[in-house]
Amino acid sequence: MARTKPWLESHPHGLYVRPADLWIDPARPVERAAVTHGHADHARSGHHAVFATPETLAIMALRYGVDAVAGHNQAVAYGDGFERGGVRFSFHPAGHVLGSAQIAMEYRGERIVVTGDYKRRPDPTCAPFEIVPCDIFITEATFGLPVFRHPPTRDEIAKLLAAVRAEPDRCVLVGAYALGKAQRVIAELRAAGWQAPIYIHGALERMCALYADHGVDLGELRLVGESDKAEMAGQIVLAPPSALNDRWSRRLPDPVTAMASGWMRVRQRARQRMVELPLVISDHADWDELTATIVEVDPQESWITHGSEEGLLRWCEMTQRRARALHLVGRDLEEEA
Amino acid sequence: MKRFAALIDRLVYTRSRNSKLALIVDYLKHTPDPDRGWALAALTDALDFPAVKAGTVRALLGARVDEELFRLSRHFVGDTAETAALLWPEKPLPFREGVGVGHVDGAQLQQAPPRPSPEGEGGLSISQAVDALSTATRSDAPAILASLLDRLDADGRYALLKLALGGMRVGVSARLAKQAFAQAFAVPVDDVEELWHAIPPPYAPLFAWGEGRAPRPDLADVAFFRPFMLAHPLEGESLDLSDFAAEWKWDGIRVQLVHGGGETRLYSRGGEEIGGAFPELLAAFDQDAVIDGELLIRGKAQGGAAGGAASFNALQQRLGRKTVTKRMLADYPAFVRVYDLLAVDGKDLRGLPWTERRRQLEAFVPRLAASHFDLSPVIEAAHFDELAELRAGARDAAIEGMMLKRRDAPYVAGRRAGFWYKWKRDPLVADCVMLYAQRGNGRRASFYSDYTFGCWTDAGELLPVGKAYSGFTDEELKWLDKFVRDHTIDRFGPVREVEKTLVLEVAFDSIHASKRHKSGLAMRFPRISRIRRDKPAEEADRIATLRAMVT
Repeated sequence: MARTKPWLESHPHGLYVRPADLWIDPARPVERAAVTHGHADHARSGHHAVFATPETLAIMALRYGVDAVAGHNQAVAYGDGFERGGVRFSFHPAGHVLGSAQIAMEYRGERIVVTGDYKRRPDPTCAPFEIVPCDIFITEATFGLPVFRHPPTRDEIAKLLAAVRAEPDRCVLVGAYALGKAQRVIAELRAAGWQAPIYIHGALERMCALYADHGVDLGELRLVGESDKAEMAGQIVLAPPSALNDRWSRRLPDPVTAMASGWMRVRQRARQRMVELPLVISDHADWDELTATIVEVDPQESWITHGSEEGLLRWCEMTQRRARALHLVGRDLEEEA
Repeated sequence: MKRFAALIDRLVYTRSRNSKLALIVDYLKHTPDPDRGWALAALTDALDFPAVKAGTVRALLGARVDEELFRLSRHFVGDTAETAALLWPEKPLPFREGVGVGHVDGAQLQQAPPRPSPEGEGGLSISQAVDALSTATRSDAPAILASLLDRLDADGRYALLKLALGGMRVGVSARLAKQAFAQAFAVPVDDVEELWHAIPPPYAPLFAWGEGRAPRPDLADVAFFRPFMLAHPLEGESLDLSDFAAEWKWDGIRVQLVHGGGETRLYSRGGEEIGGAFPELLAAFDQDAVIDGELLIRGKAQGGAAGGAASFNALQQRLGRKTVTKRMLADYPAFVRVYDLLAVDGKDLRGLPWTERRRQLEAFVPRLAASHFDLSPVIEAAHFDELAELRAGARDAAIEGMMLKRRDAPYVAGRRAGFWYKWKRDPLVADCVMLYAQRGNGRRASFYSDYTFGCWTDAGELLPVGKAYSGFTDEELKWLDKFVRDHTIDRFGPVREVEKTLVLEVAFDSIHASKRHKSGLAMRFPRISRIRRDKPAEEADRIATLRAMVT
């Protein structure tokens, strides 16, 4: 355990709030967990009681079955909170995926904010990140290197649409993480005026339906498994990244392989994944967002969790900001970035 | 530069050869001179700016970006040009393109002002960049490069740095570029091949000719490349030796040596210049002529002392080098075994029949230094069966096979039916066990089609001896793919390790000692000849058996 604060301890498998006897995003089952968002590396199954936004609880129920989200759980809407062991908890939008929250904690006059995963650019599928002033800011650093600067999302969507129109006999198969990225890509396509049905892999179906239930209009979606090969020519198909270039894709009309991820900024990364059309669309803050957010929040100290901690630490050092790296395990940085 | 950067980007991610071709064709058709010529030169690594080196770029970055952040970034990205392109300071991108509102608001997204292009109107062109870089001196190169980078976005900076430093690595060979040119302007690729090397970038006369604005450029007094005449494999048929002459087939690389207009050039099969790696041959070829032959290293592996040539492995030590040490020249002395004469003393012989070219070749070779050139002998045989017997002995003599050339055929570019045949010796085979598999490219992207296989050591361990991705039918590929998926025991990134149960009969042309592999062996041209589902893995061949086949 790293000595952090008497009341907040950093363990490899999560942050522990001692006075409240509560863990934040623990990597293994615990008695009491506050969960920032529904991605599997933050929201594990098997906790006795979960504190999370209603959307995150719904996502966990979908992923882990109804039993995982039983009566011990507590839904906390954005702006609301609860008190436990003298610690005042409140949840604030993180702009990462539907229901994603920053968790703010106040104890004996000191405030700590845990961002979970976040981004600053607009996302039609979730509430935008809010600045929460604090003493200690615990930030992610997935893209904590200055090479990562995500271009404007609409440019990337335009690239995707241009590729679809250039190949009327093929389809464009977009690899997009099943929770968040897929729905965001669909919503951005709709916003850009793409009205045609969008074809999806079976693994995306239930999560898209959940988003629709929460008021995110995704337009007409069709399952690839129930569609003709010929019908998908000139259309857009979405699948989880693991299905790209796998047997499943043989049922598609000569797909152009695309992938929506912040890692696509680096050519070799895209080539390794056999991607023909890299789309730099990320649900994580890029370098400019990470550094600008630290400047805006202006905490006394920043704690940097998962990703390229070294890069962001170096930047803090250069700008004379106090910072330290927390080493949490079990964070999956590859697939959903 | 914007269009060029987009082309580079598309080429990086495009794996299919035909798609690459289509991209270049489109670019050449729709880009003005001289930009398209410079682009073509950049794609084929034909540009060199001596004042601009990787060190120049690192120094520029050092003055603009924290050293530690550069180091971390370079480590992650793995390529200096790309790291520099991404890190080059520019105004922060507007990440708050609008306000996140929790629901789709298309109108608002559309109203946001368009991002100004750093290139703006009348942006930087390739020719402006080339002009600036080629006049740069070592002292003003950093400032010039910096001012160019300031005018580009990240993709443009990547394209410029690759153009300036070379090493484009977008999978475009000179051959592919020439085909693209031929296709773009509907001219014969053989003509493009010939003209290409005679005209320096940006190839204005070539484009003028391609577009029908000017006659075919005159190549008198230029050391230009003549497209090679190629052979079909001989499969089962027998030939009349009164129509065909036979020569041994040597295992080196096919080359063309050209001396003309005061220049000497050495070209490989694809028309790439490789003279830099073989300066002794350039120096020794002092006659006004064009010869076609096999580049070999002196030795005894092929055909014994009489054969006089070392194995292909020895030649590999000399290939792909920009400069050669004295030591390399002494340890691996190169020579050309000459088998055709395409031009001599200003006369083009290509229209003459082989018999006449051969007569002139035999008269010509004594004019060359015997230290670096010899004549490929014609095999004497009374009839085809006798030739077949000689070929049967080729394996023992460690010769790759035979070439059969029609006596009355002229020298024509490419593979013409009925003119030249290659008649390789029968391959060697070994029973190996599949160890690892990896997915293929393009059409095979969803199939595990690349297999690493191994043989047994005396200690009962399987060591890899080679890798193959051909030789099977589509049906067999489906079966192999399923086998890999059903028998995976571990994964290393894209590689799957499989249960060591499947025996593959591997055919290969020869096998050599190699330090690169743990087994100490490397196969030449391995391919899967049969899937031996019937054979237990324990009965696959031993490394020792393969070692006995080494030549």
